[in-house]
Amino acid sequence: MSTASRPMARVGKPTGPLLRHRLADRGINARLLLLVPGLVFIVMLFVYPFLYGLTLSFQPMDGGGPFDSYRRFFEDSFQSSTIWKTLKLAIPSALFNVLASVPIAYRLRGKFRGKRFLTTVLVIPITLGTVLTAEGLLNFLGPAGWFNRALMSAGVINEPLPLINNYWGVFFSIVISGFPFAFLLILSYLSGIDPSLERAASTLGADWKERFRRITLPLLAPGLATTFCLTFVLAFSVFPSAILVGDPTNTTRVISIAAYQAAIEQYDWSFASAIAMIMGVIEIAVIGLVQLWRSQFYVGSTGGKGA
Amino acid sequence: MTNASFSELRLESVGRSFGEQEALAGLDLTIRSGEFIALLGPSGCGKSTALNCLAGLLPLTAGSIWMDSRRIDTLPPEKRGFGMVFQNYALFPHLTVRKNIDFGLQMRHLPKADVARRSTEAVRLVHLEEHAGKLPGQLSGGQQQRVAIARAVVLEPSLVLMDEPLSNLDAKLRLEMRTEIRRLHQSLGLTTVYVTHDQEEALSMADRLVVLRAGRVQQIGTPAELHTQPVNWHVADFMGFRNLFPATVVNGGRGVLGDEVVVDVDGLRLVGAAAAPITVGEKAAVGIRPEDLQIIAPNDPGTTAGNVIRAKVSVVEYQGREFAVEVRTATGIRLHLRTPIRLDAGDVVDLRVPAERLLVFPGGNDLPVEEAPLGETASADGRLLREAS
Repeated sequence: MSTASRPMARVGKPTGPLLRHRLADRGINARLLLLVPGLVFIVMLFVYPFLYGLTLSFQPMDGGGPFDSYRRFFEDSFQSSTIWKTLKLAIPSALFNVLASVPIAYRLRGKFRGKRFLTTVLVIPITLGTVLTAEGLLNFLGPAGWFNRALMSAGVINEPLPLINNYWGVFFSIVISGFPFAFLLILSYLSGIDPSLERAASTLGADWKERFRRITLPLLAPGLATTFCLTFVLAFSVFPSAILVGDPTNTTRVISIAAYQAAIEQYDWSFASAIAMIMGVIEIAVIGLVQLWRSQFYVGSTGGKGA
Repeated sequence: MTNASFSELRLESVGRSFGEQEALAGLDLTIRSGEFIALLGPSGCGKSTALNCLAGLLPLTAGSIWMDSRRIDTLPPEKRGFGMVFQNYALFPHLTVRKNIDFGLQMRHLPKADVARRSTEAVRLVHLEEHAGKLPGQLSGGQQQRVAIARAVVLEPSLVLMDEPLSNLDAKLRLEMRTEIRRLHQSLGLTTVYVTHDQEEALSMADRLVVLRAGRVQQIGTPAELHTQPVNWHVADFMGFRNLFPATVVNGGRGVLGDEVVVDVDGLRLVGAAAAPITVGEKAAVGIRPEDLQIIAPNDPGTTAGNVIRAKVSVVEYQGREFAVEVRTATGIRLHLRTPIRLDAGDVVDLRVPAERLLVFPGGNDLPVEEAPLGETASADGRLLREAS
């Protein structure tokens, strides 16, 4: 604001209104000051801690070069393997959440009775939190859980399936907490597509498969990309369920566990910060790739007039 | 997917209800090949429902649709081979103009060369050669409209359905597109069903009109038939009979159509023609077109003859070639007329209407009650005036 008003005082009368109009055109006015509290909040709670962590990661605890914490992470396969372990969990589960949501949301996109009830039921897992979900999974999918007992008494299997305290336990947990999220997002993206487009396609001779493939899917693709990114980020930072229903010392030792151990168990803040930065870089890389894929599609209005 | 044209498309007591509510009931209509039919009515009259039923986008709840001897009312839209132009155009926003037009041809699995040839032809037909590579969002409303039409007609469908295609355009463009649609219809010989709420549009374009009200057919006929012989006051209202007021039949009604009848309007005796069988003592609605009311000179010998109404000018609107004038009679009836004579508010005029131009419809009880005009709250002279509360 101050830089904007100073030149205005300096310029003469003839150019004054011009500048004022130019400022008004860009929406620069005193109301922008309302942004200040929010900006201060973001700087204090996000930008500063982030920069603090970034500098910390370049200051190894026991001396050495600025990149020593990073080097340590990549040279120790016990640490660096957490990247693959986490990606192996996060990418398939995020993909599953997105792909499973599409047909269900597609079927439920119109108006029908009980839609609100159904969406409420689907939102519940989000509100439960991962710990309760994990406990439920332990009871349900455990060796003595209902699921295994039911299968055994039906004679389908002889021994309980190992569904918890391993990769699959964490996978299920991520799906349970991430699916509602993906479903609701995709449902709202689908509802944003003008239904008359599909009706137009059907009068042009397209059956439902063609309508979905050539009209709905291309218009939905940007939404799928965004949904994938969000569920991926949620899954990549998985922590409680990796410990509770996973195998936290071996197959599900995800990257957030590595960071936690460095910070809380070894008090090596520099190393923990370096791991957190690596996490961030990987997330940004995956999101970047997805956005690159997305940029090949039409992004714009999905209304019928196309305007 | 058949594209075979038909000689006759029959709708037999087609109906559609939404729960308890009947949106359309008992629609009987035979569409002959090459005909241009307009479904006309106010919003909510069931005209769009009828169109969607015909297209297959809405399942029927009663009746059947026959294409010659083939029953088609349970076929999905993609199997009917009808073209449709939507009110909001429903252009695929992610496809270029060219690809929008190609879409239907590709769905028919035509060879690539045929697709290219026919879509080029369609693009030329609607004068969009320079815009073929653009996305719909980059086009103006009129251009989008033309793409929608080209996309529907490129398949040479046996029937084209149009759902108020001009309602989103401005007045000038609407007139142009009206002519263009009519020209397309004539040059391609496409059988067309056209939904509109604009009587002028319907009258100027259609071979036959179907007037709907509250889900039911009021009248089916040629524009001339509907224009001169509306069967009830609802149709008359739609056909430009702007002056509609209640009356009582006092003489001459022998229950014969076209009969000369005398009606009483608050003590004023008028002679008119019965638009439907009507009898003495019956409540009636009187309809007069604004252009049929003539101003006669005061003290004209004709003043003593029948059908003269004395009224006071209340509003004068300049409309270029003529004036649209609102007058009020001593008993408070408001009349609209058109005249080249310059009048001023407050002038007293004598109006005459030829007896054959004053139509008497049975059932004036359900005429809408006239609202007090804005800015007039006192009701010293008229019973139709209501105190604005």
